[in-house]
Amino acid sequence: MKDVAVIGVGMQRWGELWDKSLRDIFVESALLALADTKVDKLDNMFIGCMSSGLFVGQEHIGSVMADYLGQRHLAAGRVESACASGGLAFRCALVEVASGMSDVVLAGGVEKMTDTSGDGATYALASAADHEYEVYNGATFPGLYALMARAHMEKYGTTRDQLAHVAVKNHKNGAKNPNAQYPFEITLEQVKSSVMIAEPLRILDCSPITDGAAAVILCPLEMAKKFTSKPLVKVTGSGQATDTIALHTREDLTTIASTTEAAKKAFAMAGKKPEDIDLAEVHDCFTIAEIIVSESLGFFAAGQGGPAVEAGETAIGGRIPINPSGGLKSKGHPVGATGIAQIYEIVKQLRGEAEKRQVENARVCLAQNMGGSGGSTLVHILEVV
Amino acid sequence: MFPARYAREMPHRYRLEAHKCKTCGKAFIPRRQKCDKCGATDFEIIKLSDRCRLVTYTIIHIPASQFKDQSPYALGICEFPEGVRLTAQVADIEFDEIKTGMELQVEFRRIQTDGPAGILAYGYKFVPVM
Repeated sequence: MKDVAVIGVGMQRWGELWDKSLRDIFVESALLALADTKVDKLDNMFIGCMSSGLFVGQEHIGSVMADYLGQRHLAAGRVESACASGGLAFRCALVEVASGMSDVVLAGGVEKMTDTSGDGATYALASAADHEYEVYNGATFPGLYALMARAHMEKYGTTRDQLAHVAVKNHKNGAKNPNAQYPFEITLEQVKSSVMIAEPLRILDCSPITDGAAAVILCPLEMAKKFTSKPLVKVTGSGQATDTIALHTREDLTTIASTTEAAKKAFAMAGKKPEDIDLAEVHDCFTIAEIIVSESLGFFAAGQGGPAVEAGETAIGGRIPINPSGGLKSKGHPVGATGIAQIYEIVKQLRGEAEKRQVENARVCLAQNMGGSGGSTLVHILEVV
Repeated sequence: MFPARYAREMPHRYRLEAHKCKTCGKAFIPRRQKCDKCGATDFEIIKLSDRCRLVTYTIIHIPASQFKDQSPYALGICEFPEGVRLTAQVADIEFDEIKTGMELQVEFRRIQTDGPAGILAYGYKFVPVM
């Protein structure tokens, strides 16, 4: 297997982009990623997108995006693993380059979620759960994470305040991110008095509905200097794992086993341990998710994720900064794009280009992107070389 | 909802029919073709008990559109003596009386209405033990 580098990244501000279409937002980010390199022609393109069909009625977006990127006949296709579609696109691109099948590959992610009603978006998102045995009976995504939250709170004593601290911390980081959908700070009291969605989760415990895209470009490390003069970022670890589609089938509701399994593979490949990680971008689709994931990745012992965020250990400047970008909570969560935006943030941090949210001495970083209630996870480790 | 899609789930939803692995005894609902514990492919049909224990729950305030007429409602995961778990609404009980660990029973109920020309959708809900 060849060593692989990320040589270019591109992203535009996320939000409710009413004047831009699915293809507009993807191509914008892809062009920015290309402009970040000396590459003019791609060999392949993987697009992470959960459900362009349900959100805007457009499938077959490999063709759409290659066409509008001006690269007719480019090998391109969409990959899907619900909210982990972006992470999967990155892994597909990594494997494509590492194997020698292609040299210059774009991994992108996109979702256009505001061209449908709130009910339409809820329906599309719910298709990432067990449609016949969860959604049929009244489950929603906040509801599934609420079931995990209660189990975690009752088993470990995780508190309502600790959940809120995740949202407060991520908004504090996101306020420094010019690409964030909601770049402003919020208070503990605002989180705890916001509209109830699924007890104990309130609206400010939830990531938003977002339009957005992100793109990164990979090539063999040995070729990277030809395409960029910026610090070289090498992908050193990649892990992927699944778990049962229905949350209720899992023995332990207080951990995310697909994340633990994917992380084991990524750490083994990189020859690293959780304590070697300088910062992590993780999938905080709900506040409880960041707490559980921080434990399942091995950053904290089971039950210690809540106290850790409350003590500031995951803030920028803390022991292990988590979601310096603002995370899904503040930056936004266009589901298929999220996993690629995590890589974007990590490359910016590793190059020292993260401006006001820069984590000092970031050299080894981890991205964790998961689908559904944890039915799939992608973990990647990147290092500056 | 297309009738065929609805009809094929009736054995599980209406009668709580589960599959039990003939080799290792692990139970599954709905049916499976391969046991994830021992890898065997032969199953027998069993009927789940109508009693179960609440593992965790939430109160849904913002539901999907087909459940708006029922919100807020409680939703829980229950474990059956056969070892399987299911997700369903917890009904006929005040929210502050719901406690994890409590015993509940399963009843056949209407779950959702499928719009003006659609079918009524039935299945199971968890209710207090009579």
